[in-house]
Amino acid sequence: MELHDLSIQEAVEGLKEKKFSCRELLESCLNRIKKLDKDLNAFITVDEENALLQADKCDREISASKNIFEEKPLLGIPVGLKDLYSTKDLKTTAGSKIIDNYTSPYDATSTARLKNAGAIVIGKTNEDAWGHGSSGENSDVGPTKNPYDLTRVPGGSSSGSGAAVAAGECLFSTGTDTGSSVRLPAAFCNLVGLKPTYGRVSRYGVIAMASSFDTIGHMTKTVYDNAKVLEVTAGKDPYDATTVLVEVPKYTKNLGKDIKGLKVGIPKEYYVEGIDNKIKEITDQAIKTIKSLGAQVHEVSLPHTEYAMACYYILCPSEVSSNLARFDGVRYGHNRATFGAEAKRRMMLGTYTLSSGYYDAYYKKAAKVRNLIKQDFENVLKEVDVMIAPSSPSLPFKIGEKTDDPLQMYLSDVFMCPINIAGVPSLNIPCGFSDGLPVGMQVIGPQFSEELLYQVAFAYERETEFYKVKPKI
Amino acid sequence: MNKYKPVIGLEIHVELATKSKMFCQCSADYFGKKPNTHTCPVCLGLPGALPVPNKQAIDWVILIGQALGCKVNKTSKFDRKHYFYPDLPKGYQISQYDEPFNIDGSVVIGEKTFGITRVHMEEDTGKLTHLGGDTLVDFNRSGVPLVEIVTEPDFENAEDVKRFLEELQVTIRYLGVSDADMEKGSMRLEPNISLRKEGESGLPKYKVEVKNINSFNFVKKAVEYEIERQTEMLERGEVPAQETRGYNEAKGITVSQRTKEEAHDYRYFPEPDIPPFQFTDEEIGNIEKQLPELPSVKTERFVTQYKIKPADALQLTRDKKVADYFEKVSSQIGDRGSQQQIANLIINKKLSTLLPVEEFVNKAVEILTPKIADAGALKVAVEKIIGANTKAIEDYKNGKENSLMFLVGQVMREMKGQADAVTVKEVLIKKIKEV
Repeated sequence: MELHDLSIQEAVEGLKEKKFSCRELLESCLNRIKKLDKDLNAFITVDEENALLQADKCDREISASKNIFEEKPLLGIPVGLKDLYSTKDLKTTAGSKIIDNYTSPYDATSTARLKNAGAIVIGKTNEDAWGHGSSGENSDVGPTKNPYDLTRVPGGSSSGSGAAVAAGECLFSTGTDTGSSVRLPAAFCNLVGLKPTYGRVSRYGVIAMASSFDTIGHMTKTVYDNAKVLEVTAGKDPYDATTVLVEVPKYTKNLGKDIKGLKVGIPKEYYVEGIDNKIKEITDQAIKTIKSLGAQVHEVSLPHTEYAMACYYILCPSEVSSNLARFDGVRYGHNRATFGAEAKRRMMLGTYTLSSGYYDAYYKKAAKVRNLIKQDFENVLKEVDVMIAPSSPSLPFKIGEKTDDPLQMYLSDVFMCPINIAGVPSLNIPCGFSDGLPVGMQVIGPQFSEELLYQVAFAYERETEFYKVKPKI
Repeated sequence: MNKYKPVIGLEIHVELATKSKMFCQCSADYFGKKPNTHTCPVCLGLPGALPVPNKQAIDWVILIGQALGCKVNKTSKFDRKHYFYPDLPKGYQISQYDEPFNIDGSVVIGEKTFGITRVHMEEDTGKLTHLGGDTLVDFNRSGVPLVEIVTEPDFENAEDVKRFLEELQVTIRYLGVSDADMEKGSMRLEPNISLRKEGESGLPKYKVEVKNINSFNFVKKAVEYEIERQTEMLERGEVPAQETRGYNEAKGITVSQRTKEEAHDYRYFPEPDIPPFQFTDEEIGNIEKQLPELPSVKTERFVTQYKIKPADALQLTRDKKVADYFEKVSSQIGDRGSQQQIANLIINKKLSTLLPVEEFVNKAVEILTPKIADAGALKVAVEKIIGANTKAIEDYKNGKENSLMFLVGQVMREMKGQADAVTVKEVLIKKIKEV
């Protein structure tokens, strides 16, 4: 196996036992980028020189102390950061033309925590500009391709992050999930992708899309890896008033726990017309596997699901229009005419729904509906421990297939955005393939239940091992 | 001919003297500092930056509200107020819209009561400087905590406006939350002025906002000018435009700043980055406990407790430090001097309030003790002064009382204070008669 195919867990073991060096590990990933990225377009910026310096530094630290991994659990592990994450002295572009040359004077809290844990930032990954999209096709610097099929999308908006890990260009990547944007690329690229509880991980330094929806998540090859990264990024941040003072457990500690007696709810509103037959088949099979592991599965209802998309697409653009106001070209960036079509669309929608005379009918009403949707989740999650649902109604679609109709593109989020509205956590886990294309399902739990989600996913992963199926590039 | 009655409301902004800014840890002490040296990602509105509220500032805005008799809202929140301007880095100002920290207060000045609509919290903007054809932006002031006080349109004349503002300034200084200095920009005011026909009720259909007023004297002048300007227009049958006007100090007039005033749609919505607030009765009570005795109450107490003239009591209480000093001196001097005498010494600046209290007391006792003039020395001094001031003598004989007081002063100087004015006056009058 090539070094870039290793999981974080395997890489750390190998580094500890001096089977290879950090430099060798990093070079393996850099070579992948050199070989593949002109076709994949997963990276906007690659920080080769600095990353190599970091790798050498990591090697020196390992030589000096073998216990260094207790202090720095991700030492030497190459990571791709979604280009919404501020990185000091390395361009942050948000996938847009407006700040295509912006260098932040500070690191996002998440960036800093990963760096302090020893991770090496190999570069910034491509995305739908500003996070606006579900496929990566709204990037101002060209779409990213799906490593499993280069004619198809990798999912968005954290498109580059998904493709990069799947293709071995880095060992894990970060993203943001506001309406689906970590879980969907994870589903399309055969990865474990976490949308954490709102307030679990600091948003400070990550360019805001919709402030009350944005969550700071990440994608990995395996469940263990994912839990390991959350141990580093989670926790209260004095720079983010919406982070919560809730203890951060050792998420990797109880992974092997069995799920006998676990109560799993399947929301009936998620099994509707329009969902791809293969996806339905594969998800049903996955649920059978979960049952065979001892879980009790039955149907539940989230009655306000049908209003979720409308609610989301009123509240989200409202906040987007506000968060993009600071890009006025005075202190950084180009003038506002440089915004792409989707950004303009959302700003027009958002300013309309907030304008006087319309605020009550749109924003305020949607805020009330939001509460109802949140209550649906709270009520159901009192009856069951977790819910399981498909991540996407369709298989990874062809590039260009949905770009003519923005509404069609929005519907990709139909199973995802209710979770963002409710603020609860959800974990995408690979659950099969259809004609070589990855299918994912999400495990959804109550607020701050990430530990339980990981246990469920780990038990399922151990049975199925879909992460072993690599793309053929 | 006064068919019209002024309807005036005030909007006052007070910058809080907190150590750090409202939503970040930069120093809030920006006055006179090198531009753009007190900045960070938050107050620069850099991508990804988030606001974290300053607890001291919130305690203080509630304290101000309580000092102005307001009700403290048990639930409150921040809202985003959107507009584009180069000194507003985020493209929105974090302010308060429909759930401000304080509402429904009132202030009594003399016989009149003026309503306070609300007292809320917001952040200040950067500062623009125009230089030739360029405009420079300094973000040191961006994010400094700013309290906005809005009064009911209860004012009917410029004099009341001035008195209210003076009382407000003293009150805020008493709380120790701001130096409320108009020259430094830590207190700013905008009156809204309109007129309605005598006997009519309800608010006039227009109101004129006046900006760029830099002292209390100028407020009075600006308000008076506006009342006159609007009266003339109304008498001609014209309705004054709803607009913002700027006060021109040099010419003493107001000038239209905007030709067409449309109500700006700020697209307010609740600030999602800052969780809303819920205050308990206990928390509100704890802040209230920090209220000092307010200047109006102290003034009244000085009159009744110390039996000094109301005008003197008012002057002593304009500065809390002076008022406290006065009370310390009063308690130490006992019956060696009356409070009115001490008040006089302070107000007439005969002795400095910077002296240690004991020293003040000793010097005061010396001054206040009646001097027994040496009769012989006094006779010599009086004769000398009379001899040297024949004109003054004549003026006095012709009825000018002031000339006598002048002569008394001259004798007192000659005697180097070793005489009391009453005796000197008596002796002078006697001697002048002999001349």
